[in-house]
Amino acid sequence: MSAALASRKLNPVPERLPVFDVEALRKDFPILSTSVHGKPLIYLDNAATTQKPPVVIDALRDYYEGQNANVHRGVHHLSQVATDLYEHARERMRAFINAAVSCEIVWTRGATEALNLVAHSYGRPHLGPGDEVLISHMEHHSNILPWQLLCEEKGAHLRVIPINDQGEIIMEEFDRLLSERTKIVAVVHVSNALGTINPVKEIVAKAHAVGAVVVVDGAQSAPHTPIDVRDLGCDFFAMSGHKMYGPTGIGILYGRADKFESMIPYQSGGDMILSVTFEKTVFNYLPHKFEAGTPHIEGAIALGVAVDYLMRLGMDRVAAHEHELLEYGTKVLQGVDGLRMVGTAREKAGVLSFVMDKAHPHDVGQILDEHGVAVRSGHHCAQPVMQRYGLAATTRASLGLYNTKADIDVLATALEDVNRIFS
Amino acid sequence: MADSRALYEQVILDHTKNPHNFKALDPCDHKAEGFNPLCGDQFTIYLNMNGEVISEVTFEGSGCAISKASASLMTTVLKGKTVTEARALFEHFHEMVTSAPDTEINEAAVGKLRVLGGVRDFPIRIKCATLAWHTFTAALEGHSAPVSTE
Repeated sequence: MSAALASRKLNPVPERLPVFDVEALRKDFPILSTSVHGKPLIYLDNAATTQKPPVVIDALRDYYEGQNANVHRGVHHLSQVATDLYEHARERMRAFINAAVSCEIVWTRGATEALNLVAHSYGRPHLGPGDEVLISHMEHHSNILPWQLLCEEKGAHLRVIPINDQGEIIMEEFDRLLSERTKIVAVVHVSNALGTINPVKEIVAKAHAVGAVVVVDGAQSAPHTPIDVRDLGCDFFAMSGHKMYGPTGIGILYGRADKFESMIPYQSGGDMILSVTFEKTVFNYLPHKFEAGTPHIEGAIALGVAVDYLMRLGMDRVAAHEHELLEYGTKVLQGVDGLRMVGTAREKAGVLSFVMDKAHPHDVGQILDEHGVAVRSGHHCAQPVMQRYGLAATTRASLGLYNTKADIDVLATALEDVNRIFS
Repeated sequence: MADSRALYEQVILDHTKNPHNFKALDPCDHKAEGFNPLCGDQFTIYLNMNGEVISEVTFEGSGCAISKASASLMTTVLKGKTVTEARALFEHFHEMVTSAPDTEINEAAVGKLRVLGGVRDFPIRIKCATLAWHTFTAALEGHSAPVSTE
């Protein structure tokens, strides 16, 4: 443990690297040099979770080796160090998504908890009988179930914006569904199952025009494309740390300060109060009102470090790199006999979801695994999307910043093997 | 790890492509629905009984090669068996697919279900192989709630 790590001096805003060099940055991820079943690991399951660079892993260890103390509690040195690092990470998250102030960043366990927080603390007091919540047909279960349960409880209605065969929201249908009864519009920014990038800015403008608030599930967009919450204009934006090269168990809810101020707490307990008597409690200021109990301190700090890493690379360059791979992958996969892409939106992020004539997705995943290729097979926690296309499951290869065209080539070769086995 | 080719034996691929007894039974004495929520597999098992003897068993649904082949094979071996024999067979089958890779398989007890022995080298596929059997048990016992492997 160096003295520097225990000092209160915080890292400056990371400088952008001169170039985006994928071969160089691959060396930052030791797991990419490991083998699976005797074959080099080809990791194409980034929509499920991403690998972690050593700076993130080091941040977790450094915290426990030299910085561990509870935050916002003691007057002693270590508590101050831990608090500074924790709040510094919050500030870095603010910068990453261009929020106005860092109190608009609330730490959660993940995107799921972030969405549940909005449903509980904003939705529950604001929804009444006959009100409507709009979601799209391509939502992850985590952006369906909180609203479904809440609507049942409140006598409100859950309305679903249909999608077309390519996997795009049908905006005319959205316009038709939107009314003064619409209180909340909850949409995914990038679909985990299809890769579609939704026109969130346009959705926000239209929803705001009828007085609805907009909740964006950004779990799959924040790791892959630049995010500017003020440009998007959304009221809430949920993110998942482990999908953006950070640790598991930590996520973020961005909320506009005016919305957060008016909301009821999510959980109650320590750290979220100003004063407590048995008669009355005064809740703490933002964002602490929503952070009851000792938080995932080291997770937040390490996620801040992951975001530093992403800012050094430049999210515009990450997006461009992954887009080039997506185009290459789409072309290559379309050349595989009997393969059909699911999700062919014009605006798309790095998700290659597909089915094969001869083999079930689960069998495809098994044979790919034997080639060292890690993909996801299943319904991707988005069963309504699968139902929309009459499928039980797809195989999904999802890209990350460290993937290369060579990874896609191995995938294609492995898929030819699937065809051989099931011919 | 074993080669997947050992898992996808020709017999299994044949059952997947041309499943036996792949139809609904209407009317039937018993039926049950089973799901594997992990991968979306879903089967319905239909049974007709003649006293203690299974006179007819069919299935419908969709799933991976292993789950479908296992369901198909199951229907071919259960017909004509008593309930006690059927339960014993499931026990032997379950023992085979969950056994350690280097242990001996009781070939006499499992009979033609032996072709699914490769499943034990791929523990994640055990649920695929046993889904139809769990659903069959539920049908036999008249459970109304769908069976889930999770």
